[in-house]
Amino acid sequence: MATAKTDLEAPRKIVSRRNDFANEVTKAGGVNINKCLQCGRCTASCPSGKHTAYRTRMIIRRAMAGFREEVLAGDDIWLCTTCYTCYERCPRGIDVVKVIQTLRNMSMRVGGMLPAHRAVALNLYKTGHAVPIDPDNKDKRLKLGLPEVPPTVHSSSIALSEVHELLEQAGFLDVLETALTKQIRVRPPEEGLFL
Amino acid sequence: MSLKYAFFLGCVVPNRYPGIEAASRKVLPRIGVQLEDLTGASCCPAPGVIGSLSRDSWLTLASRNLCLAERLGLDVLTVCNGCFATLSDANSELKESSERRDRVTNLLHGIGLNYIGRVKVKHIAEVLGKEVGSKKIQEHVTKPLSNIRIAVHYGCHLVKPRVSRNFDNPENPTILDELVKALGAESVDYEEKMACCGAGGGVRSGVPDVSLRMLNEKLANIQNAKADCVVDVCPFCHLQFDKGQVELKQGYDISYSIPILHYLQALGLAMGYSVSELGLDQQYIWNQAIANKLGGGNGTK
Repeated sequence: MATAKTDLEAPRKIVSRRNDFANEVTKAGGVNINKCLQCGRCTASCPSGKHTAYRTRMIIRRAMAGFREEVLAGDDIWLCTTCYTCYERCPRGIDVVKVIQTLRNMSMRVGGMLPAHRAVALNLYKTGHAVPIDPDNKDKRLKLGLPEVPPTVHSSSIALSEVHELLEQAGFLDVLETALTKQIRVRPPEEGLFL
Repeated sequence: MSLKYAFFLGCVVPNRYPGIEAASRKVLPRIGVQLEDLTGASCCPAPGVIGSLSRDSWLTLASRNLCLAERLGLDVLTVCNGCFATLSDANSELKESSERRDRVTNLLHGIGLNYIGRVKVKHIAEVLGKEVGSKKIQEHVTKPLSNIRIAVHYGCHLVKPRVSRNFDNPENPTILDELVKALGAESVDYEEKMACCGAGGGVRSGVPDVSLRMLNEKLANIQNAKADCVVDVCPFCHLQFDKGQVELKQGYDISYSIPILHYLQALGLAMGYSVSELGLDQQYIWNQAIANKLGGGNGTK
């Protein structure tokens, strides 16, 4: 049974949650999400949302309201193709793609990475290419009169060691490691939030 | 007029669609765009997926690629929207934020590189549309693509976001349509022409079924417009359109046969190169209908 005291405290608690998470997102990405007026132009313009239940406005709303876990551990933020149509049309000029990317970076710290992205990330670290050469394409290159291996990091062990060094120093492996060990994924509540 | 650029290959061009690399190397020097290889360059890295995992790592690795071009003293040329987005955005970010620049510069010093910020990053559509110009391209067309109906796909990161790209209207661009017309072809209008192909942001690898739903809508609209082929300027959209047709068939039994050409491959055809010299017959989708329309020897597989 709720007491009168907790009823009075509840609104204050929500305000403080919003400030914490929304301000953290704003600071990390340099884009002020508190400017959002929830018009929904982003959702209406979203090619991914046209085919799924992904709602850009809802992501921003949840972030503003401080629903940290629901936003960061949910699958929805990974449905954005970064097409920038939302940013182009946002009446408040909010770089929504940068917000989504910031949320994804934060999500990595709670294990939000999709399994396929781990493979892409490891390709990048191991070879210097997110999409490395394969035997089939070596063959195609030769047929076109191109060198079997392109004159990229694929042709230089020194270049590859530079890539390794930079990625290690920039913390790339730590980010991947953290994402792998946490592994807490939940789907966000689809309804009932009244946001 | 002589233009010379540091040629940034990226990943998908050399490692999945080498025909686009072959087309670049054959066609560009003939129209006055000289290329010097960016030896040892890595993945740009991919703006959507790698930038989403770690923005710091994304910026650091991109800055190395920019430094390699600075060492050559040449502006960077990319034939890919994704590489264009990464390299030009990273370049701006390093110039705008001294805090980020200092951190990255520190790491670069460890491998003997220094970021100065003196090179620009150019996309091939911009170079062809604004520096070479349709008129000069027309002069090099020996086999006009006269009866070919082309569905132009710009790809999101070429023109958006406008604050960073700033070279064409993001909702209704014309640069690529003009370049296609310069080849003697018709640029057909189609529904939702500016819609995303569905590949970006790590969606193609991470959530393939959603990615293919977006592609399917795009292809249906292109088919309804009775286009013979798609012309794009982004190898990642290219991969999505080409291999995606196979995936739609295998996973959903939805059939299309719409060949996909990078603009440089289309330009190559118009300059008399054969289908196989441009690697078009190495792609997943090629068909007799377009071969017949091209005719005159270069249309055969």
